[in-house]
Amino acid sequence: MNAPTSPDRGRPNDYTAYPDAHGRFGEFGGQYVPETLMPLVHDLTAAWGAAKVDPAFLGELSGYMTHYVGRPSPLYFASRLTEHFGGARIYLKREELNHTGSHKINNCMGQILLAMRMGKTRIIAETGAGQHGVATATVCARFGLPCVVYMGAVDVERQKPNVFRMNLLGAEVRPVTSGSATLKDAMNEALRDWVTNVHDTYYLIGTAAGMHPYPEMVRDFQSVIGREVREQIVAAEGRLPDAVVACVGGGSNAIGLFHPFLNDEGVKLIGVEAAGSGMESGRHAAAINGGRPGVLHGNMTYLLQDRDGQIEEAHSISAGLDYPGIGPEHAWLHDVGRATYLTATDAESLDAYMLLSKLEGILPAIESAHAIARIGDIARDVGQDGIVVLNLSGRGDKDVATVAAHLGRTI
Amino acid sequence: MRARIEQRFAKLKGEGRAAFVPYVMAGDPDQATALAILKALPAAGADLIEVGFPFSDPMAEGPPIQRAAQRALKGGMTLKATLEAIAAFRAADQDTPIVLMGYTNPLVTWGVEAFARDAAAAGVDGMIIVDLPPEEAEPLADALDASDVALIRLATPTTDDRRLPVVVRRTSGFVYYVSVAGVTGVKEADAAAVAPHVERVRRASGLPVAVGFGIRTPERASAIARVADAVVVGSALVDEVAEAVDLNEDVTGRVLSKVEALAKAVRLARQAPI
Repeated sequence: MNAPTSPDRGRPNDYTAYPDAHGRFGEFGGQYVPETLMPLVHDLTAAWGAAKVDPAFLGELSGYMTHYVGRPSPLYFASRLTEHFGGARIYLKREELNHTGSHKINNCMGQILLAMRMGKTRIIAETGAGQHGVATATVCARFGLPCVVYMGAVDVERQKPNVFRMNLLGAEVRPVTSGSATLKDAMNEALRDWVTNVHDTYYLIGTAAGMHPYPEMVRDFQSVIGREVREQIVAAEGRLPDAVVACVGGGSNAIGLFHPFLNDEGVKLIGVEAAGSGMESGRHAAAINGGRPGVLHGNMTYLLQDRDGQIEEAHSISAGLDYPGIGPEHAWLHDVGRATYLTATDAESLDAYMLLSKLEGILPAIESAHAIARIGDIARDVGQDGIVVLNLSGRGDKDVATVAAHLGRTI
Repeated sequence: MRARIEQRFAKLKGEGRAAFVPYVMAGDPDQATALAILKALPAAGADLIEVGFPFSDPMAEGPPIQRAAQRALKGGMTLKATLEAIAAFRAADQDTPIVLMGYTNPLVTWGVEAFARDAAAAGVDGMIIVDLPPEEAEPLADALDASDVALIRLATPTTDDRRLPVVVRRTSGFVYYVSVAGVTGVKEADAAAVAPHVERVRRASGLPVAVGFGIRTPERASAIARVADAVVVGSALVDEVAEAVDLNEDVTGRVLSKVEALAKAVRLARQAPI
């Protein structure tokens, strides 16, 4: 449990063989939870282990993914964005076209089917931007299960439309005022709820973080993104891309895109963390670029923390990236050198939001706009003969008020 | 020293009574007041003392202990200052066992081997790390063994007979039975429901069993003291700190009078008619 001090640069033969039997990706991951939850976490691990190889479960999930979520999502060649930067051909994986407007539904559909298979009758979730909360409220409505969503009071304020959407879907949104009143505090409250309601409640975690088996399970549900990209890019271009790019908060959309490419070493994996007001300002949410390993919310991973091991508040214009940690598989991919993690500031992401809106007629989620903010550099690095795929993880309608405020406009 | 815990329980067994174990948060509401409270606890009736070290994100705590941690952190409390406070206590008291309680991340930052040595040197006798289940605790267990500090495990209502041996393996000093499924200081513990679990944990571990989470009043403490080897009260005490601060009252006096009332209830529990 000592933090890794020297990164293990030894590359494994098979990157997809992780996590190991202890829920570890190298030094990262694990199950750091109170004893009350351990039996539940073991039950969940066993239930997930059985479900993921059960053709009936996978068939049912696949049916809902096609007919309810609307998969596969398109892989779209962004010709004007490509032309604008003058580098590699840029493709957008259109996860924002999924039902509920983001990639979050992929994971929610998988987990709600698992929860019902386990006989759970009440669903809880945490949410930052509200996208995961909306996706959770949606599947709870679809299957008739009561749903409580914990959301930081600060986020409730800056994402009012999503709060109302969750209410329309029948979910109870509980504002969390403890700590920094953002995503990490919402997760603390959800864990406290789970520890209190152990018999009937299923905790539907929204990102590829937390205690094992969540990082693995959420990754597997989100890997539909990368699997589709492989088929679609080969159909469009006859080969794999040179780089795949995604924004990273907890990192579920990024790991879903990356995972099917882990063993294709010719495909660069690039994550973009939120640099907030700038890395040098200290007000950011970049756990890998600005943090160090530690333990929070059940896993060992990179965290923003002070020298005494107290967790520091993250800062980002994007509520969905406003988290002081990152999923453990990303921490490991960084340490072994398989993936690269860049950063984008609030200001760069706002510019990227407007650029994509004007060039391609697509309003990106402010989270996804962080990846767009780096896509020009990446496309130029890869060069004109190259191909890059960017995961457009969510739609930007929810962010118009935030963007307007930063532009000094009232709407 | 593990022996300090063992000797204390042996002595109380001879007296035929349960231990009263107050929980206080290091540095709450400020470092000087917290140290004054700590030093006065044995005379007020504490048989063992649990000292919480603050963490920003305590996932198993209810609002009282969350707020206590926030007050301590605002006052600049650190893990280093926590050990210094315990060393100051230990200089004057060689008999009352001290158990540190908190979360994993500050220990990761310190380094577990070094921390075990430094904690032992300060006079810490046992450690309870809430988010470190047996599955993750081997490195800390090794480090504490090397420094003769007890690793004290939590058993809970969800710990069934199949899991209990895993939980009590490498546990020494005592086992802490969490009397309710939930966070600290919210639900109430029911002595009748707790009794068979205490017996189950005692049998599986061969150790004394302390009961905590959900004991707020002398009446409840008395009831639990009839079935358990130790009674832990935390949230009710940090609430006294909070109220005294809010009302601008004497924090030390208020906490100690609550400790006296609880300790008396525990001391007399097995003499009183049931």
